[in-house]
Amino acid sequence: MDVKTWTFLIVGATFALYIGIAIWSRANTTGDFYIAGRGVHPVVNGMATGADWMSAASFISMAGLISFMGYDGAVYLMGWTGGYVLLALLLAPYLRKYGQFTVPDFVGDRYYSNGARIVAVLCAVFVSFTYVAGQMRGVGVVFSRFLEVDINVGVGIGMAIVFFYAVLGGMKGITYTQAAQYCVLIFAYLVPAIFISILLTDKYIPQIGFGASLGGDIGSRIAGGETIKLMDKLNQLNTELGFAEYTSGKKSMLDVLCITGALMAGTAGLPHVIVRFYTVPRVRDARLSVGWALFFIALLYTTAPAVAAFARTNLIDTVSGASYTQVEGEKSIPQWFKTWEDTGLLAWVDKNNDGKVQYVAGAALAGKPTFTAERGSSGQRMVSNPNPDTKNELYVDRDIIVLANPEIANLPNWVIALVAAGGLAAALSTAAGLLLVVSTSISHDLLKRVFVPSISEKQELLAARIAAGFAVMIAGYFGINPPGFVAQVVAFAFGLACSSFFPAIILGIFWKKANREGVISGMLVGIIFTASYIIYFKFMGGTPDQFWFGISPEGIGALGMLLNFAVAVVVGRFTPPPPQEVQELVEHIRVPAGAKTPTHSH
Amino acid sequence: MTTEPEQNPSGSSHQEKMTAYWKKNVRLVTILLAIWWIVSYGAGIIFEDALNAIVIPGTGFHLGFWFAQQGSIYVFVIMIFVYAWLMNKLDREYDVHED
Repeated sequence: MDVKTWTFLIVGATFALYIGIAIWSRANTTGDFYIAGRGVHPVVNGMATGADWMSAASFISMAGLISFMGYDGAVYLMGWTGGYVLLALLLAPYLRKYGQFTVPDFVGDRYYSNGARIVAVLCAVFVSFTYVAGQMRGVGVVFSRFLEVDINVGVGIGMAIVFFYAVLGGMKGITYTQAAQYCVLIFAYLVPAIFISILLTDKYIPQIGFGASLGGDIGSRIAGGETIKLMDKLNQLNTELGFAEYTSGKKSMLDVLCITGALMAGTAGLPHVIVRFYTVPRVRDARLSVGWALFFIALLYTTAPAVAAFARTNLIDTVSGASYTQVEGEKSIPQWFKTWEDTGLLAWVDKNNDGKVQYVAGAALAGKPTFTAERGSSGQRMVSNPNPDTKNELYVDRDIIVLANPEIANLPNWVIALVAAGGLAAALSTAAGLLLVVSTSISHDLLKRVFVPSISEKQELLAARIAAGFAVMIAGYFGINPPGFVAQVVAFAFGLACSSFFPAIILGIFWKKANREGVISGMLVGIIFTASYIIYFKFMGGTPDQFWFGISPEGIGALGMLLNFAVAVVVGRFTPPPPQEVQELVEHIRVPAGAKTPTHSH
Repeated sequence: MTTEPEQNPSGSSHQEKMTAYWKKNVRLVTILLAIWWIVSYGAGIIFEDALNAIVIPGTGFHLGFWFAQQGSIYVFVIMIFVYAWLMNKLDREYDVHED
């Protein structure tokens, strides 16, 4: 069977599974809708968290990103996993003990202020929409690339599926579909990774092959008879072509520290991740569940850097100096090169007219390729924006590393189809989790807790469903008309989460005297500082040489977080302490005993 | 508000017990966060270059690079399970566990 038939089959089967689960796990109460009735097993919740957390970007782009960044890619690996340690040790068990439904619930009650609650709601909604736009786009891209349907049709199908299980099942439906989606995506990620590991190093486990000698079908060819470690060969290839050594970085150490810090604290402060730990029955389940979540995430996150190194070695070896046309007895480009050139993810400009691919350091093109309708003398697609300042002739989109992996390794068609299903699972599961945060913020935090406290359970559930429906449509709109700044605003999501929620929650648990005045000023200072820095450098033309101490906008949230802490503590010292009942609440959440058992109503 | 009257007698000995429980909890968290900091920021970033002089025997991994892209993640996972286990033990010791 060809790739398309396989893709229809596998994607169709997974979608049928998601819909089946949605029907089976309909939500009947607000407790079901917001937190799955607190009845989720810690291991299942761990899987669901894995899928919730790992987005289209983790699945499709991360390995590619690392492949081209080398050591510097570690900021994502450590940043996006280290946050779970903070979550487990500092947040999850206490928030689970506190109960309720949302992060703004905690912020509003702990700081006895609807002002604080509304600041938290606005941040939650902003962070979630920022993120979700990218997910819906991801769904459309996977559809168009693998099934050759229009991107907009792809987004439409994705919307319909998410609408079905998010609106019908709420958190309950989302949890069990996410667990299924985790299984699909991890299988789809590991199968090609294992095959590539065997081909390059003759090892079955990518994490071990990463550190092994070259071997296997492709590996022995690259090694050319000598015994050499993959890592050493990769460093050697990179240096020969003028790139930085793979194992050393280009970013300044302070910047790496700040980015890692911002991603870690941001991860721990993301509302759609935190809320997952409200769904387990007990405090000790919450502790354990974070461990399972990180275990499931680590399966992908420790494989990604191995895939990155394999792909990088293979890419350089295969294309560098290869002739574009097939020449007898000479090194020529492989078939997948042309396939991906056709999709526009790869471009070659023959700057020195020798018909061979020169791949060296420097940007080959000015930005992304803009193709003209013409073909060059070797038959390559012509681009209108070559960068004349470098000798590099090859443009490679980072997404290729994961998407083309199966073809590069000559894997069977069903593996390619599996990667498509995996990408869709990653994007849909994250989108659903985020949409639920938006809908809960509106129906629970704004309607029930602030504006219409008299609303009945039934009405609140209906409001939640309507809000979820609207959120899906807005997300779909952004997927079809992606705002040009989506890539830039991801820094925003983490920066805001880490400079607003994270300090407010930590202080609320670990400092009994943290008060309303202090924490609200802290959050505002943190948000305004972080947002101004990001806006200045991302939208107002700020240049890297103006960075404070060389800290890039991605890392500035770490500084915003420290400011937030400092302001909250200083202001807190000069203003009245919180009322007695709030201090008792803090003592109450510090011990596990006495947590509310699984509820089905509120 | 979720504050409910605690079942336990709220005498001063109970209060002291809870303070002691919380102190032990904070100490455990501090120790674990120190390890968290050492493997990621320490070994993976600040001392990455220095540790790269060491190659893990039998592999091609330079130690600093390995911590940054592999080792720190393994330690994180193990650490959370250790925390969950030690906290459950502490809960029982102070009789504040659930069920």
